[in-house]
Amino acid sequence: MKKILILPVLLGAALALADPAARPQPATQAARDQLKAGVLSPVMAAPQISLQGTDGQPIDLARYKGKVVLLAFGFSNCGEVCPITLATLAGARKKLGTEAAYVQVVYVTVDPERDTAAQMKKYLASFDPTFIGGVGTRAEIDAAQKKYGISSSKNSNPDGSYTIGHSSSIYMIDRAGGLRAVMPYGHPVDDFVHDLKILLRS
Amino acid sequence: MSRRGWWWWAALTPLLAVVAWAGFAPIKLPSREALFEIPHGTYARRMSGDLVDILPSSITLTLGLNDVLLLRNLDEVPQQFGPTIMMPGQSFRLPFEVASENRFDCTAHSSGQMIVIVEEKPVWPWQKIRWRLRHWQNS
Repeated sequence: MKKILILPVLLGAALALADPAARPQPATQAARDQLKAGVLSPVMAAPQISLQGTDGQPIDLARYKGKVVLLAFGFSNCGEVCPITLATLAGARKKLGTEAAYVQVVYVTVDPERDTAAQMKKYLASFDPTFIGGVGTRAEIDAAQKKYGISSSKNSNPDGSYTIGHSSSIYMIDRAGGLRAVMPYGHPVDDFVHDLKILLRS
Repeated sequence: MSRRGWWWWAALTPLLAVVAWAGFAPIKLPSREALFEIPHGTYARRMSGDLVDILPSSITLTLGLNDVLLLRNLDEVPQQFGPTIMMPGQSFRLPFEVASENRFDCTAHSSGQMIVIVEEKPVWPWQKIRWRLRHWQNS
């Protein structure tokens, strides 16, 4: 009886394994061309921000047309998220080689009370000297955060110092100035390289 | 085998075959995208005090099967999901590659938050059977 019950199990398993989908399928070109980041569709113009750049010029996204802009928000006293994000972006630029000339990282402070242009410039240069910081008054920073849906909150420490919790995604603006994609925090260097190559081609 | 035994065998055969198939057959879905739409009038309903949830507060995705969250804003005002502001008519396609639990701020939810649980792809027969049962229940 037991043996006879095995027969239908074998029949079901055989039918299942005969399905062509059971065999590994090679990745298609379309799948390889999908961004690892979250993609916005249809693409709309990236919101403009009015801030001072650490390179001495105003931050104007139109100035970077022809380049892919990686826009992120953080602060120079950040001990956890920002160093990882900035090291990842620096690593991606390094891995891109000559194509990195067409990638501009813009890092906007969420801590205008402490982050002066000089402070941000020094901090960003420790990761990559081409990174440009965005600084401004509290009102200007708030306006920029609102346009990109960035939240931040100040957390006081017992010693009187403070830290800031903030959104940590990276906005990917294409060469035509369209807000194409948003990369959540935590993706590795290779994911950025993958997406940047696609964005640089398009 | 007795006559009664044959009857048992005849009844159990299709059941065992189906269970075996469910445990071994590859799971196929028409798309890897799990689509959720924020309908027209969502903001207006919120403003009138309607707290009915339009989208589920928790979504479960499975790596390799339906691991891409596709949100479409059909409302007449921008809606925020996580770090993204979706303009009216815009969609946001977010792929996941790691099993994880993610909490996103979401203006379309009365709670203001949406949880996306990403599970590993079912590999073993009992995992596939459990996945199929849950999928069948939810559909």
